[in-house]
Amino acid sequence: MASFTVTHEKSPSLFNRFERKSELQHQTHYCPGCGHGIVHKLLAQALDDLGVQDRTVLISPVGCSVFAYYYFDVGNVQVAHGRAPAVATAVKRSRPDSIVISYQGDGDLAAIGTAEIVHAANRGEPITVIFVNNGIYGMTGGQMAPTTPLGKKTTTSPFGRNAHTEGYPVHVCELLNSLEAPVFIERVALGNNKQIMGAAKVLRRAVENQVKGLGFSFVEVLSPCPTIWKFQPVEAQRFVRDEMAKVFPVVNLRDRTKEAQPWAGPPPAPPVEDIPRILGLEDEAGQESVEAPAGRALDLRIKVAGFGGQGVLMLGEVLAEAGLESGYEVSWLPSYGPEMRSGTSNCSVRLSASPIASPLISRPNVLLAFNEPSLRKFLPVVESGGMVLYNGAALPEDCVRKDLRMIAMHFSSLADKLGDQKVANMVMLGALLEATGMLEPEQVTGALHSLVKNKKYFDLDLKALELGGEEVRREPLPVGEDYLWGV
Amino acid sequence: MKPQLTKGNEAIVKAAVLAGCRAYYGYPITPASEIAEAAALYLPQVGGVFIQAESETASVNMLYGGAAAGVRVLSGSSGPGISLMQEGISYLAGAELPCVIADIMRGGPGLGNIAPEQSDYNQIVKGGGHGNYRTLVLAPASVQEMADLTTLAFDLADRYRNPVVVLADGNIGQMMEPVRFADPIAVPPPPEWAVLGTARSRRNLVSSIYLEPDVLERHVRKLEAKYQAAERAEVRAECWRTEDADIVLIGYGIMGRTLKAVVEQARKRGLKVGLLRPITLYPFPAPQIRELAKRVKGFLVAELSTGQMVDDVRLALEGRSPVEFFSRVGGNIPSAEEVLEVVERKFESCLRLEEVLVHG
Ligand SMILES: Cc1ncc(C[n+]2csc(CCOP(=O)(O)OP(=O)(O)O)c2C)c(N)n1
Ligand code: SF4
Ligand SMILES: [Mg+2]
Repeated sequence: MASFTVTHEKSPSLFNRFERKSELQHQTHYCPGCGHGIVHKLLAQALDDLGVQDRTVLISPVGCSVFAYYYFDVGNVQVAHGRAPAVATAVKRSRPDSIVISYQGDGDLAAIGTAEIVHAANRGEPITVIFVNNGIYGMTGGQMAPTTPLGKKTTTSPFGRNAHTEGYPVHVCELLNSLEAPVFIERVALGNNKQIMGAAKVLRRAVENQVKGLGFSFVEVLSPCPTIWKFQPVEAQRFVRDEMAKVFPVVNLRDRTKEAQPWAGPPPAPPVEDIPRILGLEDEAGQESVEAPAGRALDLRIKVAGFGGQGVLMLGEVLAEAGLESGYEVSWLPSYGPEMRSGTSNCSVRLSASPIASPLISRPNVLLAFNEPSLRKFLPVVESGGMVLYNGAALPEDCVRKDLRMIAMHFSSLADKLGDQKVANMVMLGALLEATGMLEPEQVTGALHSLVKNKKYFDLDLKALELGGEEVRREPLPVGEDYLWGV
Repeated sequence: MKPQLTKGNEAIVKAAVLAGCRAYYGYPITPASEIAEAAALYLPQVGGVFIQAESETASVNMLYGGAAAGVRVLSGSSGPGISLMQEGISYLAGAELPCVIADIMRGGPGLGNIAPEQSDYNQIVKGGGHGNYRTLVLAPASVQEMADLTTLAFDLADRYRNPVVVLADGNIGQMMEPVRFADPIAVPPPPEWAVLGTARSRRNLVSSIYLEPDVLERHVRKLEAKYQAAERAEVRAECWRTEDADIVLIGYGIMGRTLKAVVEQARKRGLKVGLLRPITLYPFPAPQIRELAKRVKGFLVAELSTGQMVDDVRLALEGRSPVEFFSRVGGNIPSAEEVLEVVERKFESCLRLEEVLVHG
């Protein structure tokens, strides 16, 4: 803008009378000479100039400007200390046409809210942040801020800010300038009228960038706090000019507005009818759920256990899915957590003709053990009359129980023959199905079909199932009288 | 839709999307991470927003922003993350913003472990943040309920303009069961009070500040009245085989499932044991418990905590009935047999007396 006109009327973006204030509704709550009042006026002017009053959502922080919503006749959201950039992010993402202004003090932005500002900037949220740096905690009565200059006395640095114990003033613009995403970062000051006029232009640019959808824009305003600094307003302005500006150089650190690509906004929403398909909930054509086979009081409590990577959880899932396809009540409960990384893995699967009270299994009637530790761990709790499949050439001598049907077979070697150890789980499943007839082969194939999307693996899994079945047919198993399924 | 084998955590996200939720903000944590992962997969595909926030502090404030902008918003976490969210939950309640938060509880305190516990009851049900507020709390015990109660949570959140927590544990979050999902609804229009960045909503203000004591008192009383209304209208519990029970077991979530198995086993032995499973933890089913107290001989509360919900049971009963307590923690889940033995031991006299009467 070539010129800037100072108006003496109230900007339409500010209320004429501050009705949200309880008393003295004709004046602000800011102290005489406070920078916040000036910044409010400049921001309101920018909103007017750009014609975005109706679209603006102002996020008020915690600090002296906590009541910014008393003054701005725009959409207002007042938020927790330091969190304005997170709130601003969410408003902007869901309402891309809004003009979102995060307005924050130095305690708010550079101390308690450090994480939120850095990450909003790093994501390049297309919002405008106005950072009013007065080097002090104004609202709470003058405690040290992260931006307080060295040597300055405050109520919590009574001997003057000491770099050894309080660190150095935080240079937020410089910090944010190390990030890739921001498009505009500038520091301005309110030290005299000339600086104020300059600040007005920069604030306007920072809002305009958002109107154009360009990306994250940040303006730091070195701002007087005469009350806490214990200066007359004029002295305070001098302090901004001469002292603050020495610590915090008044410069533009970044302007990538020319290169910046306007933000396209969120992807378009599909019609509501499409949502089930997107969520993978569409029924497969014609497939309706089946009733459980009548007259079978099936109650399988299956424990599958082995090393991570042996397909333990997957085997359980196929059983549960096939059980569901067969019309049974099912549940699948994994062991989860560090075991997933460090080695062992197990899951509990229930298939039942009647509702399942609990998915937890304390007394399994089927144990599928992929290694010796798993066999040893769960064998003692297998219910009498139950069945054990063990992945090993023979059962360890002390692991034989006469009251169970136990099958030892080296499923991993069989899988090796098919060229992939990983399908040992399906070889074992094939053997289990052959030995018990507990589920129909089509249901198991159906389950595999919905779980294994890769054709190559699907075919391999089918071969593995067959192989497991063949092995059991070759070596028929003893069937006890009291055998669990009876059928 | 036909039932689909679904993981608990995923059921929350699918149900949320079907219920018109269009923004998810969260930070990964076991055993809740699948919620964030499913949200990352589905929300962008339905025109929604997903952000992996820098912390739970940021997530909960993003919920605040999304809710202020009139969107149905969701987050999910577990103990340590929920602790970080408490500041934000207080603000959400104070500003009367609806949102849904899933807490998939794990072991604590501190880092504890990632195995299931029910030790977030106090911080969620009693409110871990500052001020006079409550969160409405729903406690699913199955994957179907993970879906159904998430749907309900969005409705309650809007109806009461308040955060609603779906409080489950690692087991319910990690396990798979068949789920029949509801039909999708269109995204509800933004509420009148929301701040949208439009001419119509320009005068709207979302805030939790009430400087004047009288004004704040009025606000707090209004919140209180809302919670009282919820206490009258929203209490939910499952009572199972309590009609003729001598002893009633009380437990929620995964513990409710174990207790169901306990009741089954007890009944097989001829012991008249029933189950009351709170589905809403706030409002707490105190009236149902008091009603049962008129005819039962005692209660046993079982929790995966050292005793948090049991306080509410005792408060509900005001000493009218004996209350025994059983707990396992650290990620240990008791077997039904273990609990049954405790029931038999603690209530030996009244259960045996009954047996004598029944069997001769
Ligand atoms: C979580 C939390 N901690 C502390 C406070 C108290 N508090 C209110 S304002 C403020 C400092 C504000 O300083 P600044 O951001 O610099 O704003 P200024 O008043 O200087 O404009 C503090 C510490 C609070 N409201 N919330
Ligand atoms: S204390 Fe300082 S920052 Fe706060 S209103 Fe007064 S002059 Fe402004
Ligand atoms: Mg300050």
